[in-house]
Amino acid sequence: MDLIWDGIREAFRIMASGDYSVWEIALRSVFVSGTATAVALLLGIGVGSLLAFNEFPGRNLAFSLVNTGMGLPPVVVGLIVAIMLWRSGPLGDLRLIYTPAAMVIAQTVIAAPIVMGFTAAALRSLHPRLRAQIYGLGASRLQMLWLVLWEAKLPLLAAVMAGFGGAISEIGASQMVGGNLAGETRVMTTSIMLEVSRGEFGTAIALSFVLLALIFIVNLILTTVQQQERRS
Amino acid sequence: MSQLKLSLRDIRVRRGRAEMVKVPHLDVLRGEVLVVIGPNGAGKTILLETLALLQRPAEGRVLFEGQPVDGRELALRRRMAVVFQDPLLLRRSVADNVAMGLRLRGAPRSVRREKVAHWMRRFGIAHLARRSAMTLSGGEAQRTNLARAFALDPEVLLLDEPFSALDQPTREELLDDLSDALRDTGVTTVFVTHDRAEALRLGDRVAVMMGGCIRQVGTAAEVFAAPVDEEVAAFVGVETIVHGRLQSLADGLATIDVGGVAIQAMAPGLDSGGEVLVCLRPEDVVLEPAGLGSHTTSARNHLRGIVRRITTVGGQVRVVLDCGLTLVALITKQSLEEMGLGVGDEVVASFKATAVHIIPRGT
Repeated sequence: MDLIWDGIREAFRIMASGDYSVWEIALRSVFVSGTATAVALLLGIGVGSLLAFNEFPGRNLAFSLVNTGMGLPPVVVGLIVAIMLWRSGPLGDLRLIYTPAAMVIAQTVIAAPIVMGFTAAALRSLHPRLRAQIYGLGASRLQMLWLVLWEAKLPLLAAVMAGFGGAISEIGASQMVGGNLAGETRVMTTSIMLEVSRGEFGTAIALSFVLLALIFIVNLILTTVQQQERRS
Repeated sequence: MSQLKLSLRDIRVRRGRAEMVKVPHLDVLRGEVLVVIGPNGAGKTILLETLALLQRPAEGRVLFEGQPVDGRELALRRRMAVVFQDPLLLRRSVADNVAMGLRLRGAPRSVRREKVAHWMRRFGIAHLARRSAMTLSGGEAQRTNLARAFALDPEVLLLDEPFSALDQPTREELLDDLSDALRDTGVTTVFVTHDRAEALRLGDRVAVMMGGCIRQVGTAAEVFAAPVDEEVAAFVGVETIVHGRLQSLADGLATIDVGGVAIQAMAPGLDSGGEVLVCLRPEDVVLEPAGLGSHTTSARNHLRGIVRRITTVGGQVRVVLDCGLTLVALITKQSLEEMGLGVGDEVVASFKATAVHIIPRGT
């Protein structure tokens, strides 16, 4: 039991002391996963809308692929992105391996199918004739898309939460394509793993607190927005 | 200015391999209310969406004021308004919903405010302006939907069974309000329905649609009194439709044998003997208690019969009689009470020869 109490005590000491490295790691996590989520939203809402609104051969296959993508194992994503970005790989000339950019790419690959799946489901849950009605009111294509996405904004917020949650909590891909370099590509998940392997439970617990708190805050904000919307 | 507002030419709409709508020719005239009536699945909604430029037909052309619409769809859609059966309101306030079409057209704020206020008042939803559209009753939502369409000052208004999902009293109220609004604006209107009461109420002209085709177009009176064939007759509500055989013909007055009962009918188009369909609208049948003596009215037909069934429809009563043939009469509740009619009573049913519509068989 001492192990646990010592760890927790140590964690609070680190957080209270304003230990620069912990906060730096937390910030980098938010930056990397936030960027990945933003890119995933662009891709995911675009592709998700296309999937939801268009009839084309192979649509069911596309849906199955997206659904598979929603459960994509981060290690596999890490492996594929690592191969692509490896110095001798197809995109090796970009020199992105072991950079935050590589981690953004990997996390985008993880989050995008989640956003796609949620978006397609959200749009398909709208009344099937809503689009015709909006066009009938004189909307251009873009105006229609904007109004429809606005109608589905509550489930779309769920897509944001799920996408960000998927990105910030994964470890395999970040470790593989980022390399967990101190001060460069070390994020909370990779850092926690390292600290545990070194027996430094205090730092690991401190980081875990911050990680959990972060996910909680993001979800609290989005849930509050959702509830307000629902009430109005 | 041309009399034609919207026209369809050689239109075919397909879903996969199935041909859903095939309309060689249909014109909507400026300022008229054209009611498209037909059973469910007749292709009415597809027809309306084609007119609304929401569906591109596989073949054929849509003309707006005589000119092909190609390439001008968005601009032309902004001169029309569409109302569907489901109100399809957005998750916004009632006022925002009514203003939505104007906003999409980029109408200035002052114009928006004025039109929205005017049409919310006309459709009796002004007090709901700030309410979320998601909290409205079915009737309120459809009022909002209608206000949203009228606020656009459309040149063409397209309505797809807007009252089908409403209860009877709400439907009557809304029908009144819509009818007033149509009269006051004089907007060119296409109104799709399967309800003949709505068609009779609103339509300047009626188009009967069945199986994807327009089967008959004419004034409401023409279509309802003289349906072109058996199917149209059965649908538009000529409730008594029986087979008969022409017995004699003199001065356009035909005597028709219907299972042993002789019926006299004006049949100017009929030339020779043979099988015919006898159509009679229940409104045209007059009932009186049996045993009142001689009939010196102008009605040519007086059939003695037994009341088999009495049902109330809306404010009226449908009486089904067995006169050797089954005859349906539509009378008021008051008449029913005054005559004290009940099932099993004997009555005399009278109707004029001019009220009978004869359709020659095998044409």
